[in-house]
Amino acid sequence: MLKKIRSTFVMLRECVVMSLDNIRGNKVRSFLTLLGIMIGVTAVIALITTVSGVSGSISSSFSSMGAGTLTVSVSGSDLKSGMTSEDLAEVSALDSVSGIVPSVSLNGRVSYGKTIETNVTVSGKNAYYFIMNEDLVVQGRPLNFIDDENNTYVCVISREMVDTFFFGVNPIGQTLYISGLEFTVVGRYEEDTGGGVAAAFNGSPDIIIPYTTAMKINNSAEVNNFTVYLKEGVDSETAATEIENLMDRQFDYEDDCFTVTSMSSVEDTMQTMMDMMSSLLAGIASIALVVGGIGIMNMMLTTVTERTVEIGLKKALGAIPWQIQIQFLIESFMLSMIGGLLGVLAGLILSAILCNVLGTSFVLNTGAIILGVGFSAAVGIIFGWVPARKASRLNPIDALRAV
Amino acid sequence: MADEVFFSMRDIDKDYIMGGEAVHVLKKITLSIEEGEYLSVLGPSGSGKSTLMNIIGCLDTPTAGQYILRGREVEDMDETELARLRSREIGFIFQNSQLLPRLTALKNVELPLIYAGVSPRERRRRAEAMLERVGLEDRMDHLPTQLSGGQQQRVAVARALVGNPALLLADEPTGALDQKTGAQIMALFQELSDEGRTIIMITHDMNIAARARRIVRIIDGVISEGGSAQDA
Repeated sequence: MLKKIRSTFVMLRECVVMSLDNIRGNKVRSFLTLLGIMIGVTAVIALITTVSGVSGSISSSFSSMGAGTLTVSVSGSDLKSGMTSEDLAEVSALDSVSGIVPSVSLNGRVSYGKTIETNVTVSGKNAYYFIMNEDLVVQGRPLNFIDDENNTYVCVISREMVDTFFFGVNPIGQTLYISGLEFTVVGRYEEDTGGGVAAAFNGSPDIIIPYTTAMKINNSAEVNNFTVYLKEGVDSETAATEIENLMDRQFDYEDDCFTVTSMSSVEDTMQTMMDMMSSLLAGIASIALVVGGIGIMNMMLTTVTERTVEIGLKKALGAIPWQIQIQFLIESFMLSMIGGLLGVLAGLILSAILCNVLGTSFVLNTGAIILGVGFSAAVGIIFGWVPARKASRLNPIDALRAV
Repeated sequence: MADEVFFSMRDIDKDYIMGGEAVHVLKKITLSIEEGEYLSVLGPSGSGKSTLMNIIGCLDTPTAGQYILRGREVEDMDETELARLRSREIGFIFQNSQLLPRLTALKNVELPLIYAGVSPRERRRRAEAMLERVGLEDRMDHLPTQLSGGQQQRVAVARALVGNPALLLADEPTGALDQKTGAQIMALFQELSDEGRTIIMITHDMNIAARARRIVRIIDGVISEGGSAQDA
């Protein structure tokens, strides 16, 4: 038994040597054939690596702004149209919750002197918002708990609003009219602090006032949107379930009264889309691999025909069909693998260049490399099978007669 | 000389289907040979002598009849078994030496040993010894194209002998050679025969056939004992 394994090994090694010899013997033809596999693997590797680089940079920008927060939007039921202060306090009191920021929007007409602006986004928030985003206010003061409790008529305005109403004037201490009511400007904030994606997602307001004041203006005692800040290390999915359970009770188990969205779930969706895109692209690229495989099959069939005499001779000298088959299989396997490895190399170089151009970070994707190499190995064996079988079945007499 | 039977054939028929018509290539061939014999099969082209060689050489199986080689029934063997039998018992020499052009003389001689699963070192040792035996010790690393016709045929003889087969089966071994080199090859065959090796030589050339101790003639697939060289 051991001897048999040994002699098989000896023969396999000889097959590898002979295959390399044959591949070298037909340099141009071999190169053109493996070029097909090489292009396919290059495409697969470059696409997967580039897409994963892009998706990596998107998801990192997502998590930088959305880590540890949940967004809740409430549509309410017939009996209860939103969250009361007591409801919010209950959410706030949950173990996993660090604090909440209500968001009450007010679409208002804002004026100062003769300047009148309609369609200004006015948002009611609380002091906690400024605690969580402590670098937001760059001039004056942020809103504080006293403002929340006493529903004071003060506001923090964006730089854009400063330019609109107070160009060349210090805005702090000035008076603005929002929906006809008099507000004192106490601070100015830099609106793009939250990052581009975050701002787009949250809808950055122009003017922030105490949410209690906003509710009063809206003549409403309920809040329909709020952001939950989670304690550090809390799993957002678990916290979301906890909040959903609590709010289900608050809304008397009516269906579809609210949705809790976690940034990680948005991120997950994003990731799924990216994964789908990358497998779609890889699928398209792998068509090139199949075409390359057909090229290999074509070359191997030609080779078998050309080497009919050699095959017949080897058979006459005692080669059994299996040994002939394995020799040709190894040859197509080697051909495909050389193409695959060159493709991996070219793919990595190409994706490094692409990542550089796109400005995303280049991450070595081992999965893509394994896929590329594995795919080319499989192509070599699958498309080499038929020619190898044909070779092994050649009748030695016919083969020798073909001189 | 050993008088043990090397192989015996009885009523061997071989039919081919050609263009929808059965052609009887071999008809009721009965032939047996003893170990150490030197036999010529003499026949014109188309007589069926190549087909007979293929059957003796276990490259082909008969349509009917019985063939026992060294005590083993050959007619029912499958391709793998036939290959194993060839690898152990038979060394082939073809008309135009049939060396693999990309391999050196040494590698060509090593070839049968690869399929027999002999280790590289042992393979090399035996191939070198065999090339020395045929007088090519200084041509081992030459490619076939760098060798003369006679040298190529000697490499083929070395390759046929390297597996130490019981039977040397030669098909027109001098067919592609000039008279002088042909004579050299025939002298080599004579030496091998003197060493006790069983040799069967297929030829259409009476002068070549006459070198063997025993001649059989084959015409139109029918065999007839031609007596010894002295008789011919």
